[in-house]
Amino acid sequence: MFDLQWLLIAIPLASGALLLIWGKEADRFGHLIGTAASAASFLFGVVLFAALLGKDAEARSQSTSLFTWIDTGTFHVEMGFTFDQLSGLFVLLITGVGTLIHVYSIGYMEHDPRRRRFFAYLNIFVAAMVTLVLASDYLVLFLGWEGVGLASYLLIGFWQHKPSAAAAAKKAFVVNRVGDIGMALAIMLMFAQFGTSAIHAVNAAAPGAGDGVATALGLLLLLGACGKSAQVPLQSWLLDAMEGPTPVSALIHAATMVTAGVYLVVRSGGVFDSSEAARTAVMIVGLVTLLAGAWIGCAKDDIKKALAGSTMSQIGYMMLAAGLGPAGYPFAIFHLITHGFFKANMFLGAGSVMHGMNDDVDMRHYGALRKAMPITFATFALGYLAIIGFPGFSGFWSKDKIIETAFGENLWVGLGALLGAGVTAFYMTRLMMMTFFGDKRWKDDVHPHESPKVMTYPLIALGALSLLGGLLLVGDWIVEWLEPVVGEGEHHELAIPAIALTGIITLVAASGVALGYFTYGTKPIAAETPADSSVSVFTRAGRHELYGNQINDAVVVRPTTHLTRFLVWLDGKGIDGFVTGLADRLGETSQFLRKPQTGFVRSYALTMFGGVAILVLCLLAVTLA
Amino acid sequence: MKTLITATDLPPIKAPEIEYALLGPLFIIAGAAVLGVIIEAFWPRATRFWTQVVVAVVGIIAALADTVWVYTDLDKVDADLVARGKVAAEGALSVDGPGVFTWGILLVFGLLSMLLFAERRLEGGMSAFTGRAADAPGSASEAEAIKLRVEHTEVFPLALFALVGMMLFATSNDLLTMFVALEVLSLPLYLLCGLARRRRLLSQEAALKYFLLGAFSSVFFLYGIALAYGYAGSFELSAIDTAVSNRSGSENMLLASIALIAVGLLFKIGAAPFHTWTPDVYQGAPTPVTAFMAAGTKAAAFIALLRVFFVAFGGSQWDWRPMIVAIAIITMFLGAVVSISQTDVKRMLAYSSIAHAGFLLVGFVGAYAGVAGSDRVTSVSSTLFYLTVYGISSIGAFAIVTLVRDSGGETTHLSKWAGLGKKSPWLAGAFALFMLSFAGIPLTGGFIGKWGVFSAAYSGGFWWLVVIGVLVSALAAYFYVRVIVLMFFTDPVGDGPTVAVPSLLTTVVIIIAALGTVGLGIIPGPVLDLAQHAGAFVR
Repeated sequence: MFDLQWLLIAIPLASGALLLIWGKEADRFGHLIGTAASAASFLFGVVLFAALLGKDAEARSQSTSLFTWIDTGTFHVEMGFTFDQLSGLFVLLITGVGTLIHVYSIGYMEHDPRRRRFFAYLNIFVAAMVTLVLASDYLVLFLGWEGVGLASYLLIGFWQHKPSAAAAAKKAFVVNRVGDIGMALAIMLMFAQFGTSAIHAVNAAAPGAGDGVATALGLLLLLGACGKSAQVPLQSWLLDAMEGPTPVSALIHAATMVTAGVYLVVRSGGVFDSSEAARTAVMIVGLVTLLAGAWIGCAKDDIKKALAGSTMSQIGYMMLAAGLGPAGYPFAIFHLITHGFFKANMFLGAGSVMHGMNDDVDMRHYGALRKAMPITFATFALGYLAIIGFPGFSGFWSKDKIIETAFGENLWVGLGALLGAGVTAFYMTRLMMMTFFGDKRWKDDVHPHESPKVMTYPLIALGALSLLGGLLLVGDWIVEWLEPVVGEGEHHELAIPAIALTGIITLVAASGVALGYFTYGTKPIAAETPADSSVSVFTRAGRHELYGNQINDAVVVRPTTHLTRFLVWLDGKGIDGFVTGLADRLGETSQFLRKPQTGFVRSYALTMFGGVAILVLCLLAVTLA
Repeated sequence: MKTLITATDLPPIKAPEIEYALLGPLFIIAGAAVLGVIIEAFWPRATRFWTQVVVAVVGIIAALADTVWVYTDLDKVDADLVARGKVAAEGALSVDGPGVFTWGILLVFGLLSMLLFAERRLEGGMSAFTGRAADAPGSASEAEAIKLRVEHTEVFPLALFALVGMMLFATSNDLLTMFVALEVLSLPLYLLCGLARRRRLLSQEAALKYFLLGAFSSVFFLYGIALAYGYAGSFELSAIDTAVSNRSGSENMLLASIALIAVGLLFKIGAAPFHTWTPDVYQGAPTPVTAFMAAGTKAAAFIALLRVFFVAFGGSQWDWRPMIVAIAIITMFLGAVVSISQTDVKRMLAYSSIAHAGFLLVGFVGAYAGVAGSDRVTSVSSTLFYLTVYGISSIGAFAIVTLVRDSGGETTHLSKWAGLGKKSPWLAGAFALFMLSFAGIPLTGGFIGKWGVFSAAYSGGFWWLVVIGVLVSALAAYFYVRVIVLMFFTDPVGDGPTVAVPSLLTTVVIIIAALGTVGLGIIPGPVLDLAQHAGAFVR
């Protein structure tokens, strides 16, 4: 049966292709096909997962090869997939949450003339994401990696009539290219060092390859992970990516794709375990992003951007956990899953709010929506309680474990993670207060209303999962389940009992909530965003995403632009300017063009002659020296 | 007292030994070209066009079949490294694995190009070539020629002559033969470039530029040959190799000869700073000719470049490798960066071809010849594979360029391509596929090609050049994807592009090119094996 695991990919892929090709006739029912495909993939995933549960622990890694992709001499790549404890969990998350979001999108995109295309892209995304997690070779993983990137790009820019959406899509593409370079180089390095890019072989060989190789490999993979998971310094695209339709933000930019970096690090455990430096780098990136994301989340008035900051921050937690080595891997995955539930829930909730508020995203125009949208409010509240770590909710268990493990590693890292928990509680309370409580601040022509059932049912399902996701930790199930894949972590004794630490974490979160309540819940909120000059320097920095764009601009974009201009000028001086415009108006321009033409050949010849002279001189110089 | 010299005193003149069977493909193409000239003189005008097409196509197919036969029959050379084939025609040619492989791909490119040449539906029953090249553009006699619907059917024999020149170029074993081959391939191309039906001034300008600069570069090449002869006392590549190994002669003379010969060859492949002709010529030439040139000339010239530098100058590779490294970097970078600012499809494809020349040079500079018993991809075989992929994708891309038209003929300004995906999704999809292949995205042939040349460079010890190559290809990917975005996600300007319905000929070319591009990406094994099987050059 596991030989058929490729169907998990093939079903949504075929559906996506079908929807794209079919044309207008499929507009009426295309969304149903798309949803059905995702659901079918989910059901098959459940069947496979159940079969995996029934097997002995040793037999829980089921590999299959579809065909030999590349076979030349020493380089051999199978189009191979592995369904094991880790990828199985991922498949369920991707297709399960994916299906709920498909259902939700039926309502959310109802009035969009290009809904069929939207579902096609969603299907393609699911296929690519499943490829990414099932891959048993880094090159196959890279294929999925590029696939999700493509789908993300297409979906961010889905509302292409908005220039901001097109710009955001382009930005996501460019920033991700930087990460992809890391991935590509890592794969080349693997091949050069180990002669293979099969995941298990590379991780088995990494410890014996020497510290330098493992570190280089780890850092390159981390670069890839930073791009895909929006970690500092490649974080800048995620906030802009909120230009995409909200279900996309929920599925791709919160629940699944952006966590691919965490998956990559955990999957490459063998590499990171062999290099202390690479592991530390992962930890630092995670910690910095955790705090930076939380900071941004505190300052944004746009509900989706506030949530996006929060996503960055929560992925920072996962990255941090992944940087803690085998002890942290299961908790990174655990938090990844619970976060997938509660963040998808909150994004869809935000979408539901926007749906009722004429697509306004400014929280300053909301207020008192709990009465107008009771179901959205209730489900959102479940997500809220989960993310701040209210005892018993899923986020409580997963975040608690990460902070605990962080304290085991290093006091300062633990304190950073603890601070993050407090800030998280603060900005989420702020978001709740501004959206659902206080006075109504919406305009008269806005009539907030609850969303249709097709949208609220997925919210209810995700709300329940936000509450119950913690069950995975019962009896340390997830830790033991993942142990064969990620290895056993050594347990650090803490200076204080774990239960006391849990108390402290809850206390810190509670003070965050209290601060949020007293700042935003007790006073009226201005309906317009205060000007930059009237807010504190911290808020200003947060609003500007900690000046990430400006830094990128100054360090990368502007020098490159100047270089490009210089090169274009060098090459095209006089050449391009004249000839380019020629194509259309032959008659008039021919006379005009005849004159400068002779000059051109001469200048070409001069370029060549210069080249010859330099070539000869260089050759002579090299030998003489 | 003087004695008279009689005929019996002279040494007997030996007739040159020509291995006719081995050189069959060359003779078939040359024969078909000559036949084409005869047809031009005697065949009635009414049926001449299709007769020429049939002669060209049948000739190429026959030559292709013969090439396959020759390839399978090549003798294995007794040496450390895998090599097969032998030196033929009194030392003038070296019919070896890489050479015959190149014949094969050149013939395939030629065949596809001939189908594009023969397309007549796009111009209302006329070919893409001008009716009477001698008429001044816009003159009364031109109008008359258009009215009479005269056509230049000479384009077919001309292309066949160019093809035979390319094939010779790839298998020349001495520098003089190589020079002759260079001219045989260039002269018909100069002519073909000037024969566009539309925008004739631009076309003629391109031809003239190509001719002048080509002649200019030939002079360097010839002078380089002369210096090489001065150094080694022979034109034969193997004799030059012996002289280089013995370090007989003046070092400076050798270096100058290397540099000048390199100039001639680098010009043909379009490497910077000898690339200046490429955009103008690609843009001005009739698009089927551009397709033929882009694929064919690059393949032939690259193999000639590899042959000269690996066989003749292999002994002094430490002298020339830094030079090629620098040129590779400049070429990749310039091609990728400048293509970003292009607004014309054909110019952009020209800059892309420059960037590809750079990537190919990366594989070349690795100069990795393999070690006995190892299967690692060598510089030669990776280059052969890359040329195959690049040529097929290029021909496909240019074939699509011929279809996007407005009332003035092909419309190559990129802004006119906006929204093409909505108008004809299949065509835009195929173009997107070729772009992805150029960008080296997995599952297309371009990816495997790039991987091959980078791998060869890595094996040759140039890991840092590989890093640069990967960076530049990421840069270039941005541009290719921008074109895809333009086609699929930008609203058309005004009425948007018109896509002409071609006859079966162009359709077949696009389909073959698309299938080839995907096929070489998904199952590259057979072709890659074949390229690896070709082995090293035979000297």
